Amino acid sequence: MSRTSDVLVVGGGIIGLVTAWRAAQRGLRVAVADPEPGGGAARVAAGMLAAVTELHYGEQTLLGLNLASAERYPAFVAELEAASGQDTGYRACGTLAVALDTDDRAHLRELHALQRRSGLESEWLTGRECRRLEPMLAPGVRGGLRVDGDHQVDPRRLAAALLTACERAGVVWHRGWAERLSVVRGRACGAVLADGTELAAGQVVLAAGSLSGRLGGVPEEVLPPVRPVKGQVLRLAVPPAYAPFLSRTVRAVVRGSHVYLVPRENGELVVGATSEELGWDTTVTAGGVYELLRDAHELVPGITELPLTETRAGLRPGSPDNAPLLGLTALPGLHLATGHYRNGVLLTPVTGDAMADVLAGGELPEEARPFSPLRFAPAPPSPPASPTSPASSISPASHTSPTSPVSVPQEQPV
Amino acid sequence: MADDLLTIGDATFSSRLIMGTGGAPSLDVLERSLVASGTELTTVAMRRLDPSVQGSVLSVLERLGIRVLPNTAGCFTAGEAVLTARLAREALGTDWVKLEVVADERTLLPDPIELLDAAETLVDDGFTVLPYTNDDPVLARKLEDVGCAAIMPLGSPIGSGLGIRNPHNFQLIVEHARVPVVLDAGAGTASDATLAMELGCAAVMLASAVTRAQEPVLMAEAMRHGVEAGRLAYRAGRIPRRHFAEASSPAAGRAALDPERPAF
Repeated sequence: MSRTSDVLVVGGGIIGLVTAWRAAQRGLRVAVADPEPGGGAARVAAGMLAAVTELHYGEQTLLGLNLASAERYPAFVAELEAASGQDTGYRACGTLAVALDTDDRAHLRELHALQRRSGLESEWLTGRECRRLEPMLAPGVRGGLRVDGDHQVDPRRLAAALLTACERAGVVWHRGWAERLSVVRGRACGAVLADGTELAAGQVVLAAGSLSGRLGGVPEEVLPPVRPVKGQVLRLAVPPAYAPFLSRTVRAVVRGSHVYLVPRENGELVVGATSEELGWDTTVTAGGVYELLRDAHELVPGITELPLTETRAGLRPGSPDNAPLLGLTALPGLHLATGHYRNGVLLTPVTGDAMADVLAGGELPEEARPFSPLRFAPAPPSPPASPTSPASSISPASHTSPTSPVSVPQEQPV
Repeated sequence: MADDLLTIGDATFSSRLIMGTGGAPSLDVLERSLVASGTELTTVAMRRLDPSVQGSVLSVLERLGIRVLPNTAGCFTAGEAVLTARLAREALGTDWVKLEVVADERTLLPDPIELLDAAETLVDDGFTVLPYTNDDPVLARKLEDVGCAAIMPLGSPIGSGLGIRNPHNFQLIVEHARVPVVLDAGAGTASDATLAMELGCAAVMLASAVTRAQEPVLMAEAMRHGVEAGRLAYRAGRIPRRHFAEASSPAAGRAALDPERPAF
């Protein structure tokens, strides 16, 4: 097995795999370091491709990238399925976001206005119209948004297809934890695995999801400011007698907490997700399961009849502004493809294209440039903001450089 | 305002705006909102946090030099709240706690009986206790009697943005209290914060009004001004309300008809 490559990708989740596949297609010799390629957050994620219904205030820049990726999805999965000979579970089923009481309805109305202002396609339906579309919805539904453009994919099948596509494209696997980045004369040139194996590469891509901030040997000012955000997700099964049960993704904000139900064609029904800032903990808790079932039951009372087949928790890689970090860092030779937070599955196609561009051609494509890791470059040191300061304004620097990278003790290798 | 400090327990603050962190759309927006608010004291939910992880809300507060006030959000019994407070003390090394014991998930209103029980236990255990309470003057007095360092009555339910629904109760609480009274929950916009301060509150605590605003950073700045304006107005003393007009330009040389307000 060759220990030298053009590109070494640290982390074999879907982001690392798509980067490896796309780079290999450009003629680069690519290796991936991961003890278990195809794992990571995608094993837990529901796979909503929800550029429109996941829109939040202040995230219009991210919306552009999300929409670009959503638009590429049909062609992307067609190419991937042809390259791998495997199905990805892509389903152009649309999404229905509903409100269960007057407060939630007002919230959804506001979201609708924001979607319209942003030029997105989204149709307001009455409660009756929602229930005609999805008869299993609770009678209390007060209205909803029909978004035919928000689809779904099965992240596990997506990861499996990417693995096969990578293998067929000649990607080399190094099944071990990458422990240290190798830096020689101010340039990243490979990594050392936990078993001591030294891997050399012309360029290194750090794509280790929520663990991306923990790779040893990365200079502190270059470490990605990524933190783990825990999500608990349930999987239920829809027996044939109940099919189709739901025909599209159904989601709601139930008294402030988000819940969604994603029905797959194979009968799996995914219910998610909690959002918890609890470090590296991936315990499934009674409270997490209870809250998801409580909210899902309020939305679709019939779910209590379904078998509960799986409970699982994963870690989203959260960045300070909820957007990914793509491309070259301040350390020559080291790229990032991480921090995708809630949108990793959605952003897989556009991430693969952007990373292949920068690895093969040295430059990010237009749509990915706002997401360069350099936006978090530490500002020159300044005293902490004084709460007693009489001035009313905040400094322009605090608008443009959201936060400086954080350092994390290297207890656990990536 | 350097000459008008807020004192709670053994600590003083020049900002009278206490912030919460729940509901922020991102850490970046949260950080900029906290800076814009000028806050020096901010709550974090201990049940939703691992203090050992870098890059979290706690790292943001540390970087900004803001004092952390752990809360017991999500607790329904005195037992849970006491346990959560003790875990927070161990994890964060602070014996301050914002005590919340709610009665149900729908209203999130405080459970007065569990609250008083937990407050008494925690004060005995050496905590500086800031209880989130109903706007009930009697309960406020009881909480003060068991040794709470501040009283934090709700203006209206958490996250409702309905403002202060019973200003008269706030006045009664403020008039009797010998510890700071802090509006907690209900502020929806800057004028709510101003009203609380005009009523004599020592500070205002809020989260959703900022974190769920369309532009959280702008709203944080608005809240800072709202609190400062209300405090200044309270100290200045408002004019009495009158039924009829009173000319603001005095007619020189004429007799003052109101013996309470001598003419100069």
